Amino acid sequence: MRRLRGSAFAAGVAMLAAWTLLPIYLVAIGGFGGPDAVYRWPKSFWPENLSLDTFRRFVAIGGIWQATEQSVKVALITVVLSLALGVPAGYALARLRFRGATTYRLVILLTRAFPVGILALPLAVSFARFGLYDTALGVALVHTALALPFAVLVTASLFVGIPRELEEAAWVFGCTGPGAFRRIILPLALPGIAATAVFSFVLSWNEVFAAAVLTLRHRTLTAFLLTVLSESPLHIQLAGGFMLIVPSVLFIFLVRRYLFAMWGIASR
Amino acid sequence: MRRDRLLAYALIAPSILFLAVIFLIPLGQTIALAFTRHGTFGLANFARMAGDLNFRNAVANTLGLVIVVVPLQLALALGMSMMLRHLKRGRELILWIWSIPLGVSDLAAGLVWLGILTEKGYLNTILYHLGVIHGPVSWLTYETPLALFIGILVAEIWRATAIIFVVLVAGTQLIPAEFEEAASVFGATAWQRFRRVTVPLLRPSIQTALILRTVLAFEAFAVVLAIGGQNFPVLLSQAYLWQDTNQDYGVAAAYAVLIMLITLAATLFYLVALRPRAGEVA
Repeated sequence: MRRLRGSAFAAGVAMLAAWTLLPIYLVAIGGFGGPDAVYRWPKSFWPENLSLDTFRRFVAIGGIWQATEQSVKVALITVVLSLALGVPAGYALARLRFRGATTYRLVILLTRAFPVGILALPLAVSFARFGLYDTALGVALVHTALALPFAVLVTASLFVGIPRELEEAAWVFGCTGPGAFRRIILPLALPGIAATAVFSFVLSWNEVFAAAVLTLRHRTLTAFLLTVLSESPLHIQLAGGFMLIVPSVLFIFLVRRYLFAMWGIASR
Repeated sequence: MRRDRLLAYALIAPSILFLAVIFLIPLGQTIALAFTRHGTFGLANFARMAGDLNFRNAVANTLGLVIVVVPLQLALALGMSMMLRHLKRGRELILWIWSIPLGVSDLAAGLVWLGILTEKGYLNTILYHLGVIHGPVSWLTYETPLALFIGILVAEIWRATAIIFVVLVAGTQLIPAEFEEAASVFGATAWQRFRRVTVPLLRPSIQTALILRTVLAFEAFAVVLAIGGQNFPVLLSQAYLWQDTNQDYGVAAAYAVLIMLITLAATLFYLVALRPRAGEVA
């Protein structure tokens, strides 16, 4: 009886894992298989005629490559901005006592219960006025608003986890405040900060709505794929979907240790 | 101490300034845009929005999607986090696999499921081999609204259950195993332990997960467009249509205000409905 329940449990776990992975597998063989695989009927569940050629052709289609470059650019600016604004604030929350700290934390949390994407609608109008419309920086500003709350709360939790005594010891041995931060705290917090950076990158890389509203000719990859949805053939769309997924899966693998710290803290 | 305080304000000031500029100004602009049409203040944009043919469908589709998808996802994520708690080997691997969709963009998820659900897709291939259908059948048109709805539902469950799962796992890690063991010593069944010990202790995490997920569900956009196109209008896709295709920023802003109000109402609902109750451990 116990054996039976054990194997039913294992089967359940395996099925849920398959449910997650199977669609990714299917889009991969669809994207690499090219038109022949996509329009074949009935479909084969095994990879056939996989070729980089299809992929190269997909990338060569006007705009895809530029769009990918644009996506990377936007995501990198987002990473820099959210770390530059978020890490100092996280340090202040973790180490210093000041009036309004609780309110500040609450405000940061509340921004997450707000549909940030729709802010792009009026911003399209005012960005046009400041020359930010259709630029990487403009899109990155909105993406930073998405990523900043994470950056603040996650770095705060990182700094809380580093014993204050280490910093104080550095002061005793003659380090200045900034010096102690740079030599002692930063190296210890670096893996976590890197995870925050990766997470900000993925947030930006994946965002569709604001990117589509705020760009016209310099589309990010998501915005580009969205706007050609109705006109491009299916195998191109599948290849595009696969291209979007690959970095995300890798990134989730890289930050998996921090994933739970992130969401756990961010929820309190 | 005083120096500390000054330093703290100096450190948080840039982020406050940034958030104020990027949140408050567009927020004010949205409201201003929504309530003025051709220079006159009023509800003309809202009238125009409500008078649009697709408006009722968009509201019904969005609400329907949220009401069906969020409870299903919560149940699934609760089950998954309980399974993970009892998993002995391969915990790390399963954790990673189950959280993969967290990194997948909604557009990519939509494209993935489009490939599966399309006329000559994998689903129809399976149905064909099972003898259910005899040739390619299209499920994603306006003539098959139920199939289209289920298709989008499945894609949403595949993509966005992970976020609830991760928040819940983070929450379960804070619950000492002793609590359940104690309940078990006193003769509680597995279901009773789940219902009376685990779920009440998880309530703050459940609340957070529901708020996050519901806000995002009201913003469903790229999944819907990829799978259903304009056959399945939702609020955000209508806002996008008015902004980008019709170039009518007023009506788009009216949609934005509507989405904000609905989101706010949902958040308040969860805050009240799932508040800590008297006599419970917070």
